[in-house]
Amino acid sequence: MLIEQLINGLTLGSIYVVVALGYTLVFGVLNIVNMGHGEIFMFGAFMGVIVTNSLGLPLYVAFLVAIIVTGILGYFLERFALRPLRGKEGVSHLAPLISTIGVSIFLENAAHHFFGAGNQPFRTSFSELNITIGSTTVYYVQILIFVIAILLMFGLTFWLSKTKAGKALRASAENLAVASLLGVNTKRVITQTVIIASAMGGIAGILVGIAFNSVNPQMGLSFGLKGLAIIILGGLGNVRGAMAGGLILGLSETFLVAYGNSGYRDAIAFIAIIVILIVRPQGLFGTSTSKSKG
Amino acid sequence: MSLLKLQNVSTFYDKIQALRSVDVTVKEGTIVTILGANGAGKTTMMNTIAGLLKPKEGSIQYLGKDVTGLRPDQLLRKGLALVPEGRGILASMTVLENLEMGAYHRNDAEVNADLEKAMDRFPILRERQSQLGGTLSGGQQQMLAIARVIMSKPKLLLLDEPSMGLAPLIVADIFKIIKEINEAGTTVLLVEQNARQALKVADYGYVLETGKVVASGNAKELLQDDTIKKAYLGH
Repeated sequence: MLIEQLINGLTLGSIYVVVALGYTLVFGVLNIVNMGHGEIFMFGAFMGVIVTNSLGLPLYVAFLVAIIVTGILGYFLERFALRPLRGKEGVSHLAPLISTIGVSIFLENAAHHFFGAGNQPFRTSFSELNITIGSTTVYYVQILIFVIAILLMFGLTFWLSKTKAGKALRASAENLAVASLLGVNTKRVITQTVIIASAMGGIAGILVGIAFNSVNPQMGLSFGLKGLAIIILGGLGNVRGAMAGGLILGLSETFLVAYGNSGYRDAIAFIAIIVILIVRPQGLFGTSTSKSKG
Repeated sequence: MSLLKLQNVSTFYDKIQALRSVDVTVKEGTIVTILGANGAGKTTMMNTIAGLLKPKEGSIQYLGKDVTGLRPDQLLRKGLALVPEGRGILASMTVLENLEMGAYHRNDAEVNADLEKAMDRFPILRERQSQLGGTLSGGQQQMLAIARVIMSKPKLLLLDEPSMGLAPLIVADIFKIIKEINEAGTTVLLVEQNARQALKVADYGYVLETGKVVASGNAKELLQDDTIKKAYLGH
């Protein structure tokens, strides 16, 4: 029972991590919360449903399609909702936030229009397959979700710490002016970051679809808000913080449902925010100094 | 031959004019210094040359070509590098990563050799290579900023107040290094509060006042000039 819950918690937590990473990457570079991320994530989930259920194609095709479609959505979001506002005189610092809210409303309604308002099941050929070791049952989908999430986390960490492009992203996240003085085309880095973050959202969408066997146009909001809670928990713009925060939230939600009152499940994230903001306002891994953006 | 030529350059912050029709020429191989009080427009001028700010009027010529309005990364690829005011150390990246970022635009085989050279020249950076940039002292950060910009192999190096906030001994060190860099073939444009020391290493100087060039001349002459002495050298 305990081990089963632990596995459930890690599965859920690793999904949260992938959702939160999308927020934290964009926040790191642009210093804005991308309110459209949840809806891009929802589009990824629908791509999964369409490719596997409607077209009957294998799951890896669904991942590819979701990555491409959400990547393109990310590009459009940056190109039309964020870039026109950047570096303009007299634009409020809240403007990009509001314009991403606009994107999220637009995408949610587009999903209503194209996919319908109701719940759609997300079945894979191995949804019911599981292995039982002793008294512990593990579903293959859980293993799949966990493995993909871990691969993404390691891949991203490696990319950020070892590759030239990853270092350019970190430099841009710390200080755009300095990065450009060092030869980084920051405009391209920003676009690239939003695309990568969105594609990770697309992958997360499929993972959630598989895990909950349900996809609907409203799912972006609830997962989006949890993603936000996680990056506040872990420290805004901090990759390690997003990972730790996601796992903490996944595990605590699962254990609350198993051993406590399941009605409070969705409240945990927000209780955590309140506690964190009181005790450690910069988040678990955040730095306490506000960084200057040049 | 003039490496850099500003003609009639005016830069605005919103509606406030920070540079007023500035003409500045930097000859290849020289050290040119820009003097002036706080708020005279020195940093604005450096940031305009490096592409962080776009001039509203006038033109900037570099290597005989008009480069007005180019981005900093495009200018760096042409060999024009700026160490900004406050040094621009990436605090959340290691010393080694900071140095590597200096060679970001380079793809040649000598990057690693140059990295070794930089750490030979500044042993403290080798010692602290895996430490975060933000943990270095001010003097060490300035060494890192200079070592990093050398990694980019600049033809024209812009330094914005390299001695700011440093102890006198370290300041002397910094000026020695600037001289070295120049002797190795890099042209230097130097903004300084520390006018006397700047004029001592420089070949030519300009004096900025409220965004305007009010005086210019050979560094030796400026050192002797009575008005300059009074205003910037503290008698």
